[in-house]
Amino acid sequence: MFETAVVPESPQPEDDQFSGTHHVYQPFRAGLPQMGPYLRELWRRREFAVEASRASIRATQANTIFGQIWNILNPLLLACVYYFLVYIIRGGGRLKPELFPHMLCGLFVFYLISNSMSGGATSVVSAGKMIMNTAFPRALLPLSSVRTSVQQFLPTLVILAIALALSPVKFSWTLVYAVPWFLFIVLFAAGMSLLMATSQVYFRDTSSFLPYVMRIWLYTSPVLWFADEVPSKLRPLEVVNPLFSIIGGWQEIIIEHRLPAVGTWLAALAWSVGALLLGGFVFISRERDFAVRL
Amino acid sequence: MPSVSKVQAPTISVQDVSITYRTTFEKRPTLRQTLIRAGRGERLVREVEAVKNVSFDVNRGSVLGIIGNNGAGKSTLVRAIAGILPPTSGRIEVRGRVSTLLALGVGFNANLSGHENVILGGLAAGYSRSEIEERFEEIADWTELGDFLEMPMRTYSSGMFSRLAFAVAIHMEPDILLVDEALSAGDARFKTKATAKMMELVAQARTMVFVSHALSTVKDMCTDAIWLEKGQIMERGTAEEVVDKYTTYVNVAQSSATLEDV
Repeated sequence: MFETAVVPESPQPEDDQFSGTHHVYQPFRAGLPQMGPYLRELWRRREFAVEASRASIRATQANTIFGQIWNILNPLLLACVYYFLVYIIRGGGRLKPELFPHMLCGLFVFYLISNSMSGGATSVVSAGKMIMNTAFPRALLPLSSVRTSVQQFLPTLVILAIALALSPVKFSWTLVYAVPWFLFIVLFAAGMSLLMATSQVYFRDTSSFLPYVMRIWLYTSPVLWFADEVPSKLRPLEVVNPLFSIIGGWQEIIIEHRLPAVGTWLAALAWSVGALLLGGFVFISRERDFAVRL
Repeated sequence: MPSVSKVQAPTISVQDVSITYRTTFEKRPTLRQTLIRAGRGERLVREVEAVKNVSFDVNRGSVLGIIGNNGAGKSTLVRAIAGILPPTSGRIEVRGRVSTLLALGVGFNANLSGHENVILGGLAAGYSRSEIEERFEEIADWTELGDFLEMPMRTYSSGMFSRLAFAVAIHMEPDILLVDEALSAGDARFKTKATAKMMELVAQARTMVFVSHALSTVKDMCTDAIWLEKGQIMERGTAEEVVDKYTTYVNVAQSSATLEDV
């Protein structure tokens, strides 16, 4: 495999960006490199994203028992804090019993998206040396932080399972729809992560603004309250906030074992695919600039 | 394989390449600063014409040195050959597996050990895990870092960084090795060892492009050289000739100061 390649004289396909032994580098025409080879190479080097994610989890010792417990404890404690907050804001009145599982379910997904975004934001900037030294599809870096977030999300499913076992709702096969819905969530998280990664290269304070943005986003999403409680003045939120469909549908499936309405499916599909396409376009059309911007 | 009768295509062919990029000279560009500046009607984005209409070929088995003043476009040019920075116009053709040593340190994540960084760097460069593991022993031996390989890279000195980076680049059995000022951080022993290893690669008819300010090293190691000045080729010829012309041009006698790596 490593023998000096005897390159045939015949013209080679000119789209060989990263792989193989014959490379032609030319200006990109429409801002984007040729997507076929790019995606193929992205897939071929997926092990890098996996290993980078694993290694970063190892480096923060999140793979130890206490690290795992913390991954579960942290969102659980947050849910308690938010539950208490809502209790106070509502004047100490009786809250619906479903509110706590509703909040748990929403918060876990919200933190999956939020962690992907904050991890993605720093992923490219912190890999500076590597970007200067190696030609590889840069999109691997934010995607690796999405993988990290997903891995941190998985243990929270245990809590969710316990909460579900305790809830009066009977088990239903509707739960299998959680699988495609989870795909929407991950696609959306990936798109946002790519977007944040690009933004961070140009504006290094993106990651400082992000916590504020995320907090507002949390409060305007149906996580701490039920979607049907939205006052009519704030109805437009349902349309502009992607999390209404993405988190809302997830809660319907998980908590209520109910199939979301067709409209919710379409909205979640549109938001997640849209976010991925937009994030992917912005990132990939900009990534060759990164080497001179870092 | 028996040698092919037809003329072999050059390993690296740079055809009328220009590279212009826009960047900012702020150390840490922020939205806050950008907004403040936009309020004053300023922008700090500059266009840099790093390389202008450069053409050259590098044949198999030759060692090309690139010399020139700081900011002449040397690093930009090797980055373009590595495929990191695409040309703005023109065309670059590279035949062979490329290994790069352009920025000091494998330096992916300083909290990870040297070992983990080697694996990550190799995976990013498109090697499979088994290919990297196969060579790891050799890399570890060569660096003489011992137990340090399992320690976080933030504990490394800059010399250790460059030793590891160099070992990785060179042990991946590249057809083409692109090196940018890599030897400057090592001690004398490492430099000798690194030079010897590079000569070994050249003896195996691998191609090398070597950016350096160490003119004596360029003279010793390179067969040809290019002298870049403000993004354009001033001179192309044998290493001896080009280095001599360059030294005369910068108007300093070949004192020890220019010949030693500073």
